[in-house]
Amino acid sequence: MGIQNIVFIILLAGAIVLFTRNVRKVIRNIRLGKDVDRNDRPSERWKIMTLVALGQRKMLSRPLPAILHIFVYVGFVLINIEVLEMLVDGVAGTHRFLSFLGPFYGYLIAFFEILAFLVTFGCLVFLLRRNLAHIKRFMSKDLDGWPRTDANLILCSEILLMTALFTMNAADQSLQNLSYGHYIKAGSFPVSSLLLPLFNGMSATTLVMIERICWWFHIIGILGFLNYLVISKHFHILLAFPNVFYSNLNPKGQFTNLESVTNEVKAMLDPSFTPAPVNPDHPMRFGAKDIVDLSWKQLLDAYTCTECGRCTSSCPANQTGKLLSPRKIMMDTRDRLTEYGNNIDENGSFKDDGKALLGDYITAEELWACTSCNACVQECPVNIDPLSIIMDMRRYLVMEQSAAPAGLNLMFTNVENNGAPWQFSPADRLNWAKEA
Amino acid sequence: MEHNNTVTTMADYAAKGESPEILFWVGCAGSFDDRAKKITKAIVRILNHVGIKFAVLGTEETCSGDPAKRAGNEFLFQMQAMNAITVLNGYGIKKIVTGCPHCFNTLKNEYPSIGGNYEVIHHTQLIQQLIDSGKLTVKGGAFKGKLITFHDPCYLGRANDVYEAPREIIEKLEVELSEMKRSRAKGFCCGAGGAQMFKDAEKGNKEVNIERSEEALALKPDVIATGCPFCMTMMTDGVKHFNKEQQTKVMDVAELIAQANDL
Repeated sequence: MGIQNIVFIILLAGAIVLFTRNVRKVIRNIRLGKDVDRNDRPSERWKIMTLVALGQRKMLSRPLPAILHIFVYVGFVLINIEVLEMLVDGVAGTHRFLSFLGPFYGYLIAFFEILAFLVTFGCLVFLLRRNLAHIKRFMSKDLDGWPRTDANLILCSEILLMTALFTMNAADQSLQNLSYGHYIKAGSFPVSSLLLPLFNGMSATTLVMIERICWWFHIIGILGFLNYLVISKHFHILLAFPNVFYSNLNPKGQFTNLESVTNEVKAMLDPSFTPAPVNPDHPMRFGAKDIVDLSWKQLLDAYTCTECGRCTSSCPANQTGKLLSPRKIMMDTRDRLTEYGNNIDENGSFKDDGKALLGDYITAEELWACTSCNACVQECPVNIDPLSIIMDMRRYLVMEQSAAPAGLNLMFTNVENNGAPWQFSPADRLNWAKEA
Repeated sequence: MEHNNTVTTMADYAAKGESPEILFWVGCAGSFDDRAKKITKAIVRILNHVGIKFAVLGTEETCSGDPAKRAGNEFLFQMQAMNAITVLNGYGIKKIVTGCPHCFNTLKNEYPSIGGNYEVIHHTQLIQQLIDSGKLTVKGGAFKGKLITFHDPCYLGRANDVYEAPREIIEKLEVELSEMKRSRAKGFCCGAGGAQMFKDAEKGNKEVNIERSEEALALKPDVIATGCPFCMTMMTDGVKHFNKEQQTKVMDVAELIAQANDL
């Protein structure tokens, strides 16, 4: 075993340990959310996951990004087979160990090269679209600062990774042509062979150096990228699957029933009804003020969001200039959750920082602009539900803080006193039948 | 033709020891709002025309609780809902048709978890069923050849996946049904949902109903059809904003059917 293999094994182990540690933190953070049962109807769940996550069905409504996204998605998934080969080579000190597959290896490598080309093409177009095409959802102030950098970093990393792959293959090919060392004839390179003229006249040592540098760059890049996922919006490539699996399967118009309220109302309407005793350690809170008041699914939604902005671009409030942006609701939830988690890491358990999701991240003005039209929920390609968070926070504003806008308070009074949202007498409810 | 606006209340049926086939849940807008009352009457005429034995709750009906729930007042919603469920269960109601997608959604989806289980349909679904079963024959009448666009109410469309019933009815009128770019699942809200109807809009650069009406008017339709009393208010205001009320009428699907058939 050479020094290269030892270095590689240490790097690989380090990357896996770091990834596992950070993923466990994310899982812990998601578990800060309240319980909600999303394990019912398993066959429907597998079906929706196959169609929406695996099959990308909801992407299709915008065909151009859908095609480019398919290139990157399929490419990313399948090129990982080649990464497996690289991992084995790295650990065992072999070179292209799958080459024993003979002619089939040639087809495989050729196929990967074509996929890699499509990935590069897709990422380049995405990069140009995002930065130069003035697409509203990418120009939005939601993305100012880190989110915009994050998006560009992801695209640039993928382009660099693919470039390294092509360069490596081209150098490998040159060495194969020179019948140099262990560079046996293996593989077929429809894309990188176009780069061969660049390597004309280079010495074998230079070529080996280029091949090795690209190999290391590619594999370290992949390991780095894996760890970058966890702290980036790009985590959707993994979380999309569980997130869609645990989708809300009820009609979108059906808002959750607050059991705690049902108990109170029953106690009010029926004196013989005894509600379950309240646990003094967990005082009941109506609605959501902070991330711990949301469900684990809402928190998983927040980590899954890749900030594409389809929700916001379909939001009637946002499209008419209001402050509300469903994408920002998800980003705020994730940012507060990250902050909350870091607080736990630093202090052992959460130490009150005087902040909350409501107020410090999301304002009442944003929440009250929502028409509950479900366009954001409909648009999300990975079935994120920003509306449920908006509604839970409205509940907190109204039931815990009595902070509803004046018009709504008047409506509440009318419903309570007249059984209608307007000030009409209940006795007049059937008057229409007497009018011609 | 004499308009048949006859209605019988549940209480009347109960007094006679009879029970109707279906309860017509009118809704607050349909009961009190002058424009929406016309939709209510159109629905009643259709029901009377086909001879369905239906009832209304009359003064026993109250707000379903929808606006309270969307506004975040779960207490008030559940109080309303439980009272309504007591009345509905008291009469042994099995089947309900609503004149409003908000009541439809709430009764259908949110009442079951607090003890109210009914078969609930929206009036466009009932009309479609009546046409499909041959009980109601629809002809174009005054609308034949007109250009009509349908504005999807959010609580009928996205909230409950009812997109085709209203469209199939409209097409029976021998009209040209023209779709807005944002229709069906991509339909753009009128701006009234989520209890916005009852409050001032947040600061922005445009009213939602103006944005939507502009989109509908771009098709130069003779009629903007909808199936919700709140969409009706918002779209009517939007059309007025552009001074197009002479060219473009805003009508409920039930009104189209009633008017085309001289009911």
